Amino acid sequence: MNNNHNSNEKKGWQSAVSDWSNDRTVFDMPWPKFMMWVFLLSDTFIFGIFLTAYMSVRMSTVDAWPNSSDVFALTIAGEHVPLVLIAIMTFILITSSGTMALAVNFAYQGDKRKAGYLIFITALFGIAFVGMQAFEWSKLIFEEGVRPWSNPLGAAQFGATFFMITGFHGLHVSAGVIYLLVVAKRVHAGDYDKKGYHMVEIAGLYWHFVDLVWVFIFAFFYLW
Amino acid sequence: MKSTQTHKVGQVHPISLYLKAWLLLFILSACSYMVDYMQVQGYLRWALILFFMVMKAGLILAVFMHLNWERFAVKLLLFIPPIAILIFITLMNIEASYVFINRYL
Repeated sequence: MNNNHNSNEKKGWQSAVSDWSNDRTVFDMPWPKFMMWVFLLSDTFIFGIFLTAYMSVRMSTVDAWPNSSDVFALTIAGEHVPLVLIAIMTFILITSSGTMALAVNFAYQGDKRKAGYLIFITALFGIAFVGMQAFEWSKLIFEEGVRPWSNPLGAAQFGATFFMITGFHGLHVSAGVIYLLVVAKRVHAGDYDKKGYHMVEIAGLYWHFVDLVWVFIFAFFYLW
Repeated sequence: MKSTQTHKVGQVHPISLYLKAWLLLFILSACSYMVDYMQVQGYLRWALILFFMVMKAGLILAVFMHLNWERFAVKLLLFIPPIAILIFITLMNIEASYVFINRYL
């Protein structure tokens, strides 16, 4: 591949200007990777707008908003632990991001076996996350009686935004699990020997993004 | 850290870097969970939640998503458009307060 970005001669704004004004491809990365960044940017907008909608309804409702710390509490060994389920989900997702980062590293080092297994483990963590989310949803729906249009715990908007935001995020995790399983299989089969192992990094970008979105949901939906 | 070789060899960094980022993410998550567990309230709660959130997001973007080693043009591409979201949030904030006042009166 032709690397015509010459070392560090220009930095900051000057480098951006020269990248855009030269007679060559602007972004110095493989096309699929750039497309993934564009997709993630568009996804940023979708999640950004969902969270903004949530902010508007939460700020404008006159009914009391349910205390998320209590709503997502579990009673473990007779003790009431607030928000514990969400904390575990957060740690699971961070761990999966860690295993994915290691998978990308091993893929670039040419260690197919380790990379494949680590991607597979990442997918398993993803399944665990979705499973816990299913538990969380069913508890809220069947035990608390929360619906997208009504909510016995307080403001009705709670249900609408909760199911929309966590549902869309859960959909991303589920899709990511399938994506990762396909990539893991291809790594094992050696399909990327010709294509290049940046395909693993691209899958990693998607997975880290899902983790990134959860950071914001965790802060704004569960801690606020 | 060879920022210019991304296209040629991909992102290869020492494993220890990822493990450090990972550990830091764990600590930051534990901290933000503690904010709730200790029932910190008011502006301090807000400040802590946002601080830990930004630190975690920055860490994921910079290290795990390798943004730290991408060229400046890529960073601009990713950080300039979301300013539109921030403007939108500000507008909706004003709108939401207005709706709340009308419902409350």
